[in-house]
Amino acid sequence: MEKKILLANIETPDFGKFETFRKQGGYAAVEKALKTMSPENVVDEVKKSGLRGRGGAGFPTGLKWSFIDKSTNNPRYLLCNADEGEPGTFKDHYLILKNPHLLIEGMILSSFALGANTAYIFLRGEWFYLMKILDQAIEEAYAKGYLGKNILGTDFSLDLYCHPGGGAYICGEETALIEALEGKRGNPRMKPPFPAIKGLYQNPTCVNNVETIAAVPWIINNGGCEYANVGIGKSTGTKLISACGHINKPGVYEIEMGLPVEEFIYSEKYLGGIKNGKKLKAVIAGGSSVPILPTELILKTAKGEPRLLSYESLADGGFETGTMMGSGGFIVMDETTCMVKSLLNYSRFYHHESCGQCSPCREGTGWMEKILHRIEHGQGNMHDIDLLVDIAKHVEGNTICPLGEAAAWPVRSSILHFRKEFEAHVINKKCTFNNG
Amino acid sequence: MVKVTIDNIEVEVEPGTTILNAARKIGGKIVPPAMCYYSKLKGTGGKCRTCLVKVTKGSEKDPRPMPKLVPSCSTAVMDGMVVQNITSPEVLEARKAIVEFLLINHPLDCPVCDQAGECDLQNLSYEHGLSETRYEEERRTFEKIDIGDKIQLHMTRCILCYRCVFVADQLTEKRVHGIMNRGDVAEISTYIKNSVDNEFSGNMIDACPVGALTDKTFRFKSRVWFAKACDAHRNCTHCGGKVTVWMAGNDILRVTGRKDKYGEVEEFICNECRFEKKDLKDWVIEGPRKISRESVISQNHYMNKNKPEKKK
Ligand SMILES: Cc1cc2nc3c(=O)[nH]c(=O)nc-3n(C[C@H](O)[C@H](O)[C@H](O)COP(=O)(O)O)c2cc1C
Ligand code: SF4
Ligand code: SF4
Ligand code: FES
Repeated sequence: MEKKILLANIETPDFGKFETFRKQGGYAAVEKALKTMSPENVVDEVKKSGLRGRGGAGFPTGLKWSFIDKSTNNPRYLLCNADEGEPGTFKDHYLILKNPHLLIEGMILSSFALGANTAYIFLRGEWFYLMKILDQAIEEAYAKGYLGKNILGTDFSLDLYCHPGGGAYICGEETALIEALEGKRGNPRMKPPFPAIKGLYQNPTCVNNVETIAAVPWIINNGGCEYANVGIGKSTGTKLISACGHINKPGVYEIEMGLPVEEFIYSEKYLGGIKNGKKLKAVIAGGSSVPILPTELILKTAKGEPRLLSYESLADGGFETGTMMGSGGFIVMDETTCMVKSLLNYSRFYHHESCGQCSPCREGTGWMEKILHRIEHGQGNMHDIDLLVDIAKHVEGNTICPLGEAAAWPVRSSILHFRKEFEAHVINKKCTFNNG
Repeated sequence: MVKVTIDNIEVEVEPGTTILNAARKIGGKIVPPAMCYYSKLKGTGGKCRTCLVKVTKGSEKDPRPMPKLVPSCSTAVMDGMVVQNITSPEVLEARKAIVEFLLINHPLDCPVCDQAGECDLQNLSYEHGLSETRYEEERRTFEKIDIGDKIQLHMTRCILCYRCVFVADQLTEKRVHGIMNRGDVAEISTYIKNSVDNEFSGNMIDACPVGALTDKTFRFKSRVWFAKACDAHRNCTHCGGKVTVWMAGNDILRVTGRKDKYGEVEEFICNECRFEKKDLKDWVIEGPRKISRESVISQNHYMNKNKPEKKK
């Protein structure tokens, strides 16, 4: 049996309603934590679980929580990052749509652990209909005494708000999210100070991804050790993977960490193989900002071992032959895909979404897009290919926030693994794929 | 006090000092350039990335090197830190790249720009720039706009350093100006055709490192190196009244704040002093402004020149 932690029971009719969720065991973790555990206990269980942030960077959640400055009497905040702007990533959206109360339950537990009495869900503005779902669920939770003053008669109180963003990808970066929540331009802040010391309104703040927070109730119900038993190595628990592209069954899957990539792509239980019987060409495994890998390297590591869906296995080989788990947006491309055109698409996105504060990102992302545009349309030169790599290297690592890297990695890895295709565009003075 | 070593020179500074300011304490060639940091404005820095340096040892306690280059203007020193600026080929390469990025959308129209001779970008590209551009694509251009009766904005030259935004934020009431849009289509603008006309807005012109914000009362009157710069003061009810006046004969062509060797004003001045007091009678002249021999502005001014002694 495959493990379902986040998407368990979601097919139950009316699962998004409080009563149904409660009947299936929902909110039991809140009762357990608030009545029998201290905030430190909750942090400890999460530490034991080995849960790592599901927003992209994979930082250990329990450790991140322990950085929160508890030395002041200032209010603390928990912010749930529901901005989900990475192309190819749509798992948080699905989780909220199907299981809004699980997120709320996780918010209560996480806020309790952090000592936060106010929490926000920062939701991508375009998802107005999700906001209605969340607002309704929040209202139900208030009515049943799971939110508000003295939850379940304990001395813990929590106010939870859902706040729509303006729909800019950069507002998903945690400090830009804080700026946006404060009503300002969503420009990332310089770090340090980190949000754990000075975040929202200059107070200690923790920003966590939707999926991260939604994993907490299960950990509290079953214990951190039990969670750590699921998965493989330091990649514990389950992971939501949103799969799209040339596959038979696109969608959001909850997999146990460690599932072989080959099984994920080809088995009927998951993606059901490549559409129209075509051949697999490449995969971007963690949302568009992680390095792209060609078939041979996504199915097997450079050492010839089967590649698994886990932080370690995906990263095996580093930049040269590996990639990253990222946010879990699994983008599959078949043999008809033009790598230049698909890279152009991503580059256009990062160019459009750069906030424009740092010179290398502001100017470099646009420059890369324009060169790619020329190459794709048969107006490139051979030296443009090396120029692209050079620009990417100078954007990478020299910026305030990781959007610089997000823009540079696809360029560097596409050219690393598919250079011949870029050269063919230059030599033939056109795109030879013509795949529309 | 904490000890930090920059390009093999050790200096002691207050805890909390940034690497840039520690380097400024040493002075000379090892001071990283800064396009967006402005010591007189809170919260500036970190954006342009021209001041990136390499930290090869974090501190005595944690000697690990920092994994990436760090902005010296906003990274605090730690006791025992070791920093490389011009001694690091990696830093110089990154800086060259940053200059290239900054020049992508800058027209390099120095021959007709009022900032020529006082422009940080000009100096920066002279020292770190390439002699040829690798950029073949279309560059962005803008019409000039008057953002107030005294200030003209030439966005084409703007490098989006945000200094003027910080001036507006920190020195002026009823702020009407800031940055619109994202990425490389971001631009400085006023809020729905508002104009910038409060008492301290002129300081944006002084803070602007390039010629994007110019003084309409001075535009095209003279190249700065032809003007005679004198420190002057007057009794002012709005500001300290300490300025530099720029003259041709006895005509005052321009009034600015007094700038230090890093191009930052010592004190902000009000618009009345800057734009309205153009008569010699308005001012008490203190004497010629000392300008560094290295600056182009010192051209044609042979102040205090010591002739080398004849060898016997
Ligand atoms: C440009 C950019 C966009 C991001 N967008 C998101 C996002 O939409 N959702 C998210 O959870 N994290 C996003 N992140 C990562 C966040 O900054 C942060 O690491 C994360 O929300 C932390 O949560 P976690 O520890 O639970 O993963 C983004 C980062 C960058 C640099
Ligand atoms: S890297 Fe790009 S998105 Fe991030 S702060 Fe700099 S300009 Fe903004
Ligand atoms: S107008 Fe000048 S001061 Fe303002 S952002 Fe542009 S370059 Fe900087
Ligand atoms: S001066 Fe340091 S980043 Fe601009």
